[in-house]
Amino acid sequence: MNGKKISHKRYKPFASAAYLFLTPALGSILVFFFIPVIAAFAMSFTDFDIYSLGDWTKARFIGIKNYINLFEDPLFWISLKNTFYYVLAATPISIAVSLGAAILLNSKLIKLKGIFRLTYFIPVITTLVAVAIVWRFIYHPRFGILNYLLEIFGINGVDWLGDPNWAMPAIILMAVWKNFGYNMIIFIAGLQNIPEYLYEASVIEGANGWQQFKSITIPMLAPTTFFISIITMIGFFQLFAEPYVMTQGGPLNKTLSIVQYMYHEGFRWWNMGYSASIAFVLFFIIFAGTLIQFKIQKTREL
Amino acid sequence: MFWKKIILYSFLTITGLMTLAPFFWMLSASFMADGHANVYPPRFFPDVFTLEQYERLFSRLNIMQYLFNSLFLSAAVTIISIFFNSMAAYAFAKYRFKGKNKLFNFLLSAMIIPAQVTMLPLFLMLKSMGLINTYMAIIIPGLATIFGIFLIRQYIISIPDSLIEAARIDGATEFQIYRTLILPLARPILVTLAIFTFMGTWNDFLWPLIALTDDSMYTLPVALSNLMLEHTKDPELMMAGSVVTILPIIVVFLALQKYYITGIMQGSVKG
Repeated sequence: MNGKKISHKRYKPFASAAYLFLTPALGSILVFFFIPVIAAFAMSFTDFDIYSLGDWTKARFIGIKNYINLFEDPLFWISLKNTFYYVLAATPISIAVSLGAAILLNSKLIKLKGIFRLTYFIPVITTLVAVAIVWRFIYHPRFGILNYLLEIFGINGVDWLGDPNWAMPAIILMAVWKNFGYNMIIFIAGLQNIPEYLYEASVIEGANGWQQFKSITIPMLAPTTFFISIITMIGFFQLFAEPYVMTQGGPLNKTLSIVQYMYHEGFRWWNMGYSASIAFVLFFIIFAGTLIQFKIQKTREL
Repeated sequence: MFWKKIILYSFLTITGLMTLAPFFWMLSASFMADGHANVYPPRFFPDVFTLEQYERLFSRLNIMQYLFNSLFLSAAVTIISIFFNSMAAYAFAKYRFKGKNKLFNFLLSAMIIPAQVTMLPLFLMLKSMGLINTYMAIIIPGLATIFGIFLIRQYIISIPDSLIEAARIDGATEFQIYRTLILPLARPILVTLAIFTFMGTWNDFLWPLIALTDDSMYTLPVALSNLMLEHTKDPELMMAGSVVTILPIIVVFLALQKYYITGIMQGSVKG
């Protein structure tokens, strides 16, 4: 009791310094992040549109009408479906590729690890818009190098970005290429944390490579994989620049994403109330997705 | 063992080639004359090496201005946010005050909110302040980040309290301790965060697309996407534009990659 009092007193003069240190950062986060979040939530219950842009008082409270309209908006459902297609395909594929690359790079037989690691990492740091433009030409049906290379192997190319069935897979392929290096680095860190003796013991017991992978590597990496799936999923749900640059959401709206639809409604047509409701549905989906991952993780631990 | 090694190396090399091929083609096509990348079969090397695409970008298409905008904004956001974030991180790491843990946990859980949610009101706010289409429109939302505070705090926690106590006994003010003791000791993580922030601002697309409406204010990604809509049939020009956008970031990364990669590992392992 006494000791607690003393320590409390000892720190008290410095509390004011702490508040001074916190004010610039937390002040700007409050004003330019938290208040906009609350304002966006409020906006999603209004008909804020181009007429309200000059005079905010023109916006009226309309309850949950935006959300009801969203439910009946075929374009919204299309963007939702496309985004889920993208996230549900790109997340596992990119994680699998990252894990594969990490395991190969973690092998004791390999030298020059740094060079390979650096090479795989370059797409991660490069500007998304710029590489999307590069890939747009790589995917060109007649002059693109992808179809040319496929032809060398006797495979008929497709109009990657022009074919409604291939446009999304093409965007997914590029996303995997762009992102696998990031998760690979995290997986390498995770692999290096697995104690060596586990593998040595399993060798004595006669386990082969696949058995080691299944019963040592995968379970020991579970926390890393959990972390990676969450950040990857959250990032992929925010798909925007790829369809904006490569397909403009086409062909036949097959690559229109939620964020792109939000951008169009909000900043092209200035239906900002409606757009805010789209943003909140996105938030809700990301939130629910994270909760589900946490649930899965918990049942695994039990 | 020998064959296993061969297979491993060929696998890694093929993956590496596939990773680099788009960049290789980008660079190669950027040195081609008009129309030379629009042929079948595709050329992998320019048959006539020319700098005409770069000349066009720099003399007629104002790319110097975009390059300056990108560079200035990335540098400004990086410097200011490092300063703001590190002060808050120091307070969270080394001070006791009421509600500290609750506040910190609240901030961490707010990291799940996607930035897109804030963009509509942020646009209206900045518009009413007359800041849309100014550099401030990009700097203001980047003044401080929760992620940045978190990353630096994890590092400062490991600095021994005794160093701070000793400085206090020597009569240093709280701000002096932060400036002359904490900042130098936290330098590695500050460099890491600086690279993250610089690259993040340089590569950012959606917010600059919304907040910068005038051509002379565009950052490189926004200018490039605009150029793309006008020059869909000019791959050589677009590749040169992509090179100009990507090259500075690759140089920064290669120079400081050690900090960058350890940063990712720390952020993930401790997080």
